Amino acid sequence: MGTTLFEKIWDKHVVKTIPQGPSILYIDKHFIHEVTSPQAFSGIEKRGLKVYRPKQVVATADHNVPTINQHLPIKDALSRIQVQQLKDNCEKHDIELYGLGHPYQGIVHVIGPELGITQPGMTIVCGDSHTSTHGAFGSIAFGIGTSEVEMVFATQCLLQTKPKLLRFNIEGELNKGVVSKDIILYIISKITAAGGTGYFVEFAGSVIRNLSMEARMTICNMSIEMGARGGMIAPDETTFNYIKGRQFAPQGEEWERKLGEWKELKTDEDAVFDKEIDIDAADIQPMITYGTNPGLGIAINALIPATESIADEGERKNLVQALEYMGLHGGQTLLGTPVQHVFIGSCTNSRIEDLRLVAEVIKGKKKNANVQVMIVPGSQQVVAQVYAEGLDKIFIEAGFEIRQAGCSACLGMNEDKIPAGDYCVSTSNRNFEGRQGAGARTLLVSPLTAAAAAITGVITDVREIL
Amino acid sequence: MEKLTIIKSTFYPLPIENVDTDQIIPARFLKATTRDGFGKNLFRDWRYINNDETQPKPDFVLNQPQYHGQILIAGKNFGCGSSREHAAWSLLDFGFKVIVSSFFADIFKNNALNNGVVPVMVTDAFLEKIFQLGCEDTLTVNIEDQTIIIDITGEEETFEISNYKKTCLINGYDDIDYLLSNKEYIEAFETAS
Repeated sequence: MGTTLFEKIWDKHVVKTIPQGPSILYIDKHFIHEVTSPQAFSGIEKRGLKVYRPKQVVATADHNVPTINQHLPIKDALSRIQVQQLKDNCEKHDIELYGLGHPYQGIVHVIGPELGITQPGMTIVCGDSHTSTHGAFGSIAFGIGTSEVEMVFATQCLLQTKPKLLRFNIEGELNKGVVSKDIILYIISKITAAGGTGYFVEFAGSVIRNLSMEARMTICNMSIEMGARGGMIAPDETTFNYIKGRQFAPQGEEWERKLGEWKELKTDEDAVFDKEIDIDAADIQPMITYGTNPGLGIAINALIPATESIADEGERKNLVQALEYMGLHGGQTLLGTPVQHVFIGSCTNSRIEDLRLVAEVIKGKKKNANVQVMIVPGSQQVVAQVYAEGLDKIFIEAGFEIRQAGCSACLGMNEDKIPAGDYCVSTSNRNFEGRQGAGARTLLVSPLTAAAAAITGVITDVREIL
Repeated sequence: MEKLTIIKSTFYPLPIENVDTDQIIPARFLKATTRDGFGKNLFRDWRYINNDETQPKPDFVLNQPQYHGQILIAGKNFGCGSSREHAAWSLLDFGFKVIVSSFFADIFKNNALNNGVVPVMVTDAFLEKIFQLGCEDTLTVNIEDQTIIIDITGEEETFEISNYKKTCLINGYDDIDYLLSNKEYIEAFETAS
């Protein structure tokens, strides 16, 4: 029997397996940031240990940083201390830090791939659930807690139980106005926010093979939003072309050797998954969420489900609570709902391709006067590219605000928060209660749909203005 | 970690599904650099009106004086979302040793176990029975036997936990101790690959 992509990488990284227990899994790359690492550093120090393999750790400051005036000291004292502590810890433990002001700084899941650090066949972890993003390169990448960050610091290993495997086969032609964010929002709306729990996911099929790396990253990024530990896509020419020539990509003979290895990384024809789900691309429309978990999504021109149509009592109660929080009603359309904020950013949709999509829609247009639009590029390199390509002029003419790199209003840890009661059409990944600020109401969409709302000031089917 | 064998306690019922870690501990409270003191912000936005500690929401379970104990009972898919271990720290700091639900998110489950908070997964039917109990009724969770018992009726279910994790909880070991004891295997693996 053949093996899956996941199993090929997993088997190569098992140091030892405890009988009827977890395996010791070797970790190739460990990304860290300021929010989930301080307690892990103090943990190993309390044990009298140093970071075991500092060269395999890369750090950046992203969650907590301001997105304006990054050259000035951070105003919020607690944020400043956290960012400073990351700097001190990295110095003490000899870890490479791309901190504020560094040309490589940015959201950890944007910079890893764009610097060529993320490569096929690797095991990659970070104290952040969206680490699944890196799976787009054919790596096993998943989010961990701070105790696990401490384990990787101490031993470059984790104790892991092999997950079950789920494959989505996505075939057919994508409809007009449908991009990768719509694919993943559609999948999550079908299998629910818990439907992937216990599984590691592979995304396959012709639709996936035809996507760019940026688009694949958006899909793998949101694997966690269906509860899956991670998502992955077999590497191919698109992957290799993306990596080639990047700062930390293998060079010369090493490149040739690696390329040979990477080409073997695919699921065998006769490999068996615990579960497989076929998706017809024709069924996918531009998507939007209406509730308070990413599974509560619909096609943008569909009606919100009527609460009385939900048979399961727990689910119905959840939906009632979600709609009450969102100020929406079962059975209504979202089209035409006024929005106060548009947020374009986050590790899901802040790469150059996402911003190009937005620019295409809004070029020569102005934003609606009642909407505040914030564009937060994922990294300093993306910022530089926005200016190099002249996208900045399009955004500024439209009345959008271009910020510096960081996680920003995706999770509202810095000052970029959405006020209570306001609607925010957002390209980020979570619409939980209070996620973007206490009382904020988040509607998750693709960059195209976000751009459309920015122009019209209401929730809009982007196909009408394309 | 504290050794855990048997926890017998009353409980707090939270019959809400998909409780995400942003609700357990909102992001704005993640700026601390130690593991302590998160309990006061547990379920912060469900617990207080306008984020004001002097205005507890009277209908939220943590604010209802009849409820107390070391066990939290929650609807399915507890702990979904962000990987923040601060969620487990805040539950532990508040005084919870056991969380009972019919389904747990993966990362939360690991984070809880790594902090000596036991995620006990029961069937939907058993969960419903617990929600029907009174505030003075107790549950007994036995780690060794992997059982949870409704003391007043004697009804019982078994729950899953790996032998490895069970040994860790009963003896107060953590994964780092175990990994460090395998350093020679790890070095050999690095040399070979």
